[in-house]
Formats: sequence, structure tokens, C-alpha cells
Amino acid sequence: MRLARAHVLVGVDDEARLAGVDGVLSALRTAVAELGLESEVQVIETGSLGVSGHGIVLAVQPDGVYYAHVTPADARTIVEEHLLKGRPVARLRLPTTAPVARPADVLGRQTRVVLANCGIIDPESIEEYIAQGGYEALGTAVTELAPEAVLDLVKRSGLRGRGGAGFPTGIKWSAVRTAADPERYVVCNADEGEPGTFKDRLILEGDPHKLLEGMALAGYAVGAHVGIVYIRGEYGLSIARTQRAIAQAEALGILGDRVFDTDFAFRIEVRPGAGAYVCGEETALLESLEGKRGWPRMKPPYPVTHGLWGKPTVVNNVETLANVPDIVRHGPAWYRALGTATCPGTKVYTILGNVRYSGLVEVEMGTPLRALIYELGGGLLPGRSLKGVLVGGAAGAFLPTSELDVRLDFDSLAERAAALGSGAVLVLDESACVVDMLSSVLRFFRHESCGQCAPCRSGTDVLVRLVSALQCGQADDRTLNQMVSIVDAMRAASLCPLGQSVALPVRTAVAGFRDEFAAHLGGPPCARCEATAVARGVRATTDR
Amino acid sequence: MTKEAIAAQHPRSPEALLALLHDLQLANAGHHLTEADLVLAAAHVGLPLSAVHDAATFYSMFSLRPRGRHIIRLCDSPNCHLAGAWSALDELRRLLGVDIGETTEDGAFTLELTSCLGACGVAPVMMVDDEVVGNLTPERVRETLVRYREGR
Repeated sequence: MRLARAHVLVGVDDEARLAGVDGVLSALRTAVAELGLESEVQVIETGSLGVSGHGIVLAVQPDGVYYAHVTPADARTIVEEHLLKGRPVARLRLPTTAPVARPADVLGRQTRVVLANCGIIDPESIEEYIAQGGYEALGTAVTELAPEAVLDLVKRSGLRGRGGAGFPTGIKWSAVRTAADPERYVVCNADEGEPGTFKDRLILEGDPHKLLEGMALAGYAVGAHVGIVYIRGEYGLSIARTQRAIAQAEALGILGDRVFDTDFAFRIEVRPGAGAYVCGEETALLESLEGKRGWPRMKPPYPVTHGLWGKPTVVNNVETLANVPDIVRHGPAWYRALGTATCPGTKVYTILGNVRYSGLVEVEMGTPLRALIYELGGGLLPGRSLKGVLVGGAAGAFLPTSELDVRLDFDSLAERAAALGSGAVLVLDESACVVDMLSSVLRFFRHESCGQCAPCRSGTDVLVRLVSALQCGQADDRTLNQMVSIVDAMRAASLCPLGQSVALPVRTAVAGFRDEFAAHLGGPPCARCEATAVARGVRATTDR
Repeated sequence: MTKEAIAAQHPRSPEALLALLHDLQLANAGHHLTEADLVLAAAHVGLPLSAVHDAATFYSMFSLRPRGRHIIRLCDSPNCHLAGAWSALDELRRLLGVDIGETTEDGAFTLELTSCLGACGVAPVMMVDDEVVGNLTPERVRETLVRYREGR
């Protein structure tokens, strides 16, 4: 790695792309070259810096200066003033409390474990990951610890799966470790399709090595030698960065036939998905990996004993696996000090909808929903009031404002018949209509139902018809009861969580927003619903 | 590259099916899979043709019908809906003169709806080929179509 006097870290994510980050990057590089600073200053494209709502953001390290709303002209000024003359450009600095900003000062009350390196390192450089302590846990594990000891660390940490269900990771791994068949697999579920969720994409794009290290640790703990990352096909950059990271790790002997020169062999491959939400369900994902359409399997047997090709398989979400290196490196006690007693650690959320700053944040488990919206999301736009929040993606719960003090962790939400799900938090102000949002949720489920089992296939179709009637003012009291009894039947009878989870948004919307539903019964449609109905009317013949 | 050469880059095993179908589809100007592609894929990975057909019709990224030079996939899920995806859809339909699932007469664009693209921070969002275009307004839709019509 070439040593530079200063690193300019430019956060490249969707927001930055739309704000014209390419122009800023080329202006930076041109200015650096023209002023002869190429040997001293390195311009690095990194993942999201974790600062939303500030246009193009870049950080000059080691000075700890963050700049926001940078234009190509500003880029030239920054190079001339800060990097050449050593005078930070005050007018462009992101306001922080500290004179020299550490990432924590900029990111507010976040606790970053999974995202610790995102926006700090170049995700295409394994050396930068190693410089942050990366692969230390894996190196220590394979040279000094027995596989059982690694498994024990994960068990004692209390880590729970971040894919939505919150199942204890250590217990899952134990079941694979003790399975009779010695041919075992580690599969990473990176088929992120939950509406409102893009955390796994930003982990893969911002710090792919963290996932690889977590997978290798999982492989060592359970006795697997093959890891597979199933990434949704639409995530081109995630696929490319993960493949590149694998090649780098193999070249250094960190992955491959002799991991850190030991007898432990572990190879990782990337497989692209092809567009099917149901493949986020673990058994559908395994079917897809075997070259079939992604139809969920009956459970039991579970993947821990009968997974890929019928062999014992660990299936974990990206965020879950990305927690593992730090657990092994710092120990279960360190991990348990974060979060709550029954849900240790942190959780990555995406905050979206009618908030001032949407984006990606990582906070400790148990953080109140109110803090997420008002402190990290910056609250609502001026003059707007909060109507409710859809927590957990399309398969999540509609929470009214009276539930704002709920703590975000698996158990607190379960107590209120809600779920943490994928960690998507969609904020609705008074301009949104809950009935209209529910209709969007139900259309999503109808489209993504795989069609294998009748409760889900027919249930989602009937639900869309009922909610459409509701939107058009052609429903009565019975319609709501019908919707609830259908989702209850789907929850009891559907084969997989896709059909089972439709109950959550329907039940919570009807229970938490009774007045809004009542206003739609029989009366003229509200403006929002009318607009949607008109748009759907136009496409009536092609409506899926 | 011939289709046979494309296939040769993949293992002769069912697990290679999706990646192989992606590559075969990419090699066709119409962004679709032909019957010959399915036959070739079946023989290469050792699956019955029916199983390959099954997979090719299940996943939304594959198409058995020829599509336009550019594929527009507009996100239709709750976040984009909240942010006003319908006004973008209306503008797309008006400017392209096609409905969802159809291809323009000049073969330039196919309009599709899709579920979440994972770019919700800039909703409403569409993907044109592999480019994410977010913060959609009717104006932004117009500008994007002009840019693609003029060859980027």
C-alpha cells in the first residue's frame, strides 16, 4: 500500500451519485494532479460516510475534517486551500461539536460495529481492512482456538440473526456442527428484497471483507469448507466488490486451501439471484442455489441438518455474519455490554419516508423508535406532523404515534405484536393515507407470492381486491373483518414466512388506525386513494 | 463470443444455472432467452428442459420475450409509492406510449414494474439497464429518456 500524507475519502452511494459525485471526484483528481500532490494525497472512493441529507460528503483524514454539499468547484478549493496550504475551508465544513471530528462526532449517537469501517476505508483494498484490525479474529481463531471455542464465543455473545426472525446464531451453528454429515456449507443470504431495506447492500459495498471474515469464522466453527454468498441480481456493485474481495483474500492466503497456513480450507463463491423476493426465505434460497425456481421447502427438516444439496447448512444474513469478527476479536462480554440483556449488540436501520434525513444508521438494540426518528432522522419536515410508522419493511407493523416509545429490539416489538424484521423504518406524516399504504403493501405481496401454496396465492389476490374496494369507497364493516380473517388463515396455513407475515401489516393497520379505515367505509375515496385508483384503473388490463 | 463459449465458462452442474441464464440473456440484443438458449443451458448443466423453463419463467429478471434495447424497471413498493412513484409511472407511460410489460415500437425501451431495488434513500427510483435513477419527478423521467435515446 502506498503511504500518503492525506486521504480524501469520498462517500459514493446513491445519494452522492445523484448529486453528481463523479464530477466532484474528477475535479479532485484533476486538481491533485495539477498541483503536483499525487504522491502525497490519495483520493479514495468509499461507501456511504453515514451522513445523509448533506449532498456530497467527503472527509480529509487524518485531519478529521468533514465537508458537505461539495461541488466540483469546491473540490478544487479544498485541494488548493486544505491539501496544499493546510487551511481547512470553513464554509464547507460539516458542523460538528469537536474541532477535529472523529466519525463519531459526525454520526451522532450511533454505535457502529457492523458499519464501523463503512465510509472509513476503501472497500476495494484488503490492506485497509487489515489496517483496521480486519482478519485478526480469523487469524487468531484458526491458529489458537479450537472450532468449539469459536462456537462458544458466538453462543456466549447472545448474537441473534438479523434477517428478521432473531433466532440465536450460536444455537443454529451448534446444530450444524453436531450434524452427522461431514459435508457442510455456510450460505450468506444477501438476497435483500424487503422494501425499504438496503443495509446489506451498503455493508457489501462498504466493507465486503467483514462479511468474508464472518463467513470464514462460521465455516471454522461448524466444520464447513465452502461458503456461498447469494446476492440479489440487481446489486451489480455488491457482486463485483464481493468477488474482488474474495480474490484479494485468496491471494494473501486468508481464504483458500490453507487459511493462514493452517490445515483449515475455506473457499467462498458469489452467486447472483435473478429477481424473486421469496428467495430471501432460506429454503427458497437453497432451492435457487441448486438451480431451481425458488419455491420454499416444507420445514422440518431444517437447513441446519438438510440444507444445500440436503447437507447441513448455516444460512445467515449479511448483517449477522458481519457481527462475528468483532465478537471473536473483542469477546462476548464486550458484545453483551451493547444492546439489551436478551438482544445484545447493535442493529442497522434504514430510515425512510417523511423524515428530514433518510439513510442508514446503526444503534444499540433497545434504542427507542422516537430517538431513531427525531434524533437520527432529524424529525419530520417543518410544519408536518407524524401519523405513524411502518417498522420492519412491507412485512412489518404499522405503529401509531402512541407507540413511539417502543424500544427497538426483537423482544420489545414482539410484546406489541410487531417485529423488527429487516430494520426498515418508514415514517408517514399526515399527508400519507394508511389505507393507501396498506394497498401498496398488499400489491407487493401479491406480486411476490411464489404461488406454491393456495393460502398465500389466493389470499394475497383476494386481499388486493378487498383493499381496492376499500380505497374506492365500496366497502363496509364486513370488508375489514374479512381481511383480518383471511390474514389469520394465511398465518396459520401458509407454507413459508411470506404468506404468514402478511397478517402483521394488515392487523396492525386495522387496529392502530381504525378512524382512518372507518372514514373509507362507504364514503367518497380520499384524495390519495383516488389518485392510486385512477392510476390502477389505467392499467387495469395489465394489472398483475 | 458464441453461446457455447459462454456456457463453457460455467461448471457443468445445476447450481450454475442462474448465472448461465444471466450470461446467455445478456448476449442477446433483445435481453431475453431464446428456446435455443434454454436447450443449450439444459444440456450444459444436466437438467431437463422443463426444469430450465421452470426457472427461466419464475425469476423476474429473465424474459422469454424479446425486450427493448433498454429495460426500465420502476419500483412499485411502499416507499417509492409514498414518494410518488405513480406520477413517474404516468409520465413514463405517456412518453413511451406503452403500458407495463410492453416494448416501444422502435424497440428502444421496455417498461417493467419491479419490487424494491434497494435504493430507497432516493425514492422514487427506477433502474434503466444497470443505472439507478432516483428522486424521480416527471422532469427527471423526461431527461433520462432523452439521455438514453441520444445514446447516453
